[in-house]
Amino acid sequence: MKSYIIKKVLVGLLLIFTVSFLVFCLLYAMPGDPVDLAIDSKVSAEQRARIAHELGYDQPFLVQYKNWLVGIFHLNFGTSTRYHVKVWELMRDRIPYSIRLCGISLLLEMVLALPIGLYCAIHKGNLFDRFVVNSSLVFAAIPSFWLGTLLIVIFAVRLQILPISGYETPAHYVLPVITITLSSLGSTIRITKAEVLEVLHEKFVTTAYAKGLPRRTVMFRHVLRNSLVVVVTLLFMSLPWMITGAVITERVFGLPGMGALLLNSITVQDIPVVQAVLLLIAILTVLCNLASDILTGILDPRIRVSLSGGEN
Amino acid sequence: MKKKSYRRYSARSESLRMCLHNVDFMVGLIMIISVILIAVFAPQIAHYSYSKQGAGPRLTAPCAEYPFGTDELGRDVFSKTIYGTRIALWVAALGASIQLILGVTIGLVCGYYGKWVDHVFSFITDLTWCIPGTILALAVVTILGKGLTNVVIAISIVSWASFARPIRAKTMSLRNMAFVETGKAYGENGFSLMFRYILPNIIPSIIVMTSMTLPETILSTTTLSFLGLGSKSPSPDWGLALSKGMEYITRAPWLSIFPGIALVYTTIGFNLLGEGLRDVLDPQMRSR
Repeated sequence: MKSYIIKKVLVGLLLIFTVSFLVFCLLYAMPGDPVDLAIDSKVSAEQRARIAHELGYDQPFLVQYKNWLVGIFHLNFGTSTRYHVKVWELMRDRIPYSIRLCGISLLLEMVLALPIGLYCAIHKGNLFDRFVVNSSLVFAAIPSFWLGTLLIVIFAVRLQILPISGYETPAHYVLPVITITLSSLGSTIRITKAEVLEVLHEKFVTTAYAKGLPRRTVMFRHVLRNSLVVVVTLLFMSLPWMITGAVITERVFGLPGMGALLLNSITVQDIPVVQAVLLLIAILTVLCNLASDILTGILDPRIRVSLSGGEN
Repeated sequence: MKKKSYRRYSARSESLRMCLHNVDFMVGLIMIISVILIAVFAPQIAHYSYSKQGAGPRLTAPCAEYPFGTDELGRDVFSKTIYGTRIALWVAALGASIQLILGVTIGLVCGYYGKWVDHVFSFITDLTWCIPGTILALAVVTILGKGLTNVVIAISIVSWASFARPIRAKTMSLRNMAFVETGKAYGENGFSLMFRYILPNIIPSIIVMTSMTLPETILSTTTLSFLGLGSKSPSPDWGLALSKGMEYITRAPWLSIFPGIALVYTTIGFNLLGEGLRDVLDPQMRSR
């Protein structure tokens, strides 16, 4: 178990390190010199050299990367080339909006998806199950930005019970949260259902029935408990989806979160901000994968055995 | 030789027969054929050119003359939606081809050679998981520059790995089969073994994966177009139309409705087609 965790953590660290290098390369992958992105084209050559020196662009590539990486540990992500303020200050104001949006959506999704998935697996093929399967097919085909638009048209334009965009009151979060939740609910239900179905066909469930246990006891004590592994995995695996959903939804509903910051920075080519947001997303994703891997390993000894046995 | 070709033909007609009896497949097929027909006969169906400004009064609500209404420049939304099918199909074809070529080649090479080639590949796949697909595509577009083709290329660069992984697994399971060993004994080189011996055996899976990739590519491209990184005006791109529609959402909600319906119709059609094909050609993939 210990070696399994250590191995996972090492791979995770290597991934983050490589991503940080690639993200740093973004600055040089852009057409033109990084200095040109930071300043006006009319600036004299002398001034240009001075600014390049101030921003550290005159140093060798690897030294620049090292300085950037060391700075990040002190929450120094560099200076926005567009707004000429620290990138961290830009992000600090926006992070709460995104956390609120993603947090509520994640909670709502779990609260909805798990009971529905469980019910559909146990009562596979009944009317409700078929309704869920078919509607999740339809929702899989609806892009989240259009779902958001539709919700605005129905609830804000026609019924006028909710605001179109903004971020001042809790009412402003209702439609964005529904959008994110609905657009990922279908796949989450599908995964939950598939996992529960797999547990239902396990031999220990048959054994439990053979022992003469009542159906209810089998469901709660055996099936539900073993399906909890899925809950943990799903909780962490959903996060990348949530982040993507948030980027698009924030745009649709005019929420000033991290996603809006990323999109705006890409449009105006504010590379230091893009780098910082991408790195943050990558670290979050890797941490979530790591957490789900380790927790599944702890919760389900069979996975642990097969993984360490299969890889060593 | 004769016997072999007869048996292959029979297997193929058997899958064809199963396809024709699969409800998902048939419904999807009919939907997609209708989309293709609309794309081909767009000039005959639409009364106006999609880019003709002042075809009618500005922001007219849907009526007999303009079934889907008109936009802020008086362009006919119906014509724009009809011509949009061409963009969606072009995007799907281009994106799927790039992913097909990249994914199949890399999947075959990794599955066949294994060892360090495979380790490098697995690490690269892990890297693409570090950042969610759409966001990674955003970053790639930042480098490539805006535009529809660049967006499709970016999405393909980001998503070929999901193509390569199953092909790698299938290649690994076929690599040590007797018929490949026979080929090796005849002195066939690696290239021939991969593309002439192994590839024909995984074509059903490839067909299924391609059909699943088509709708995903359309959705991702439309999303990036909506975010303002894809097509530029006056392209009839649905994502662009929906993004413009957002600006007039209180005054002209129809701008945001009809291109979206067309998009969802096309995506559902491809999804059904894909699920039907999967059930017939590659039932094992169902559990995934």
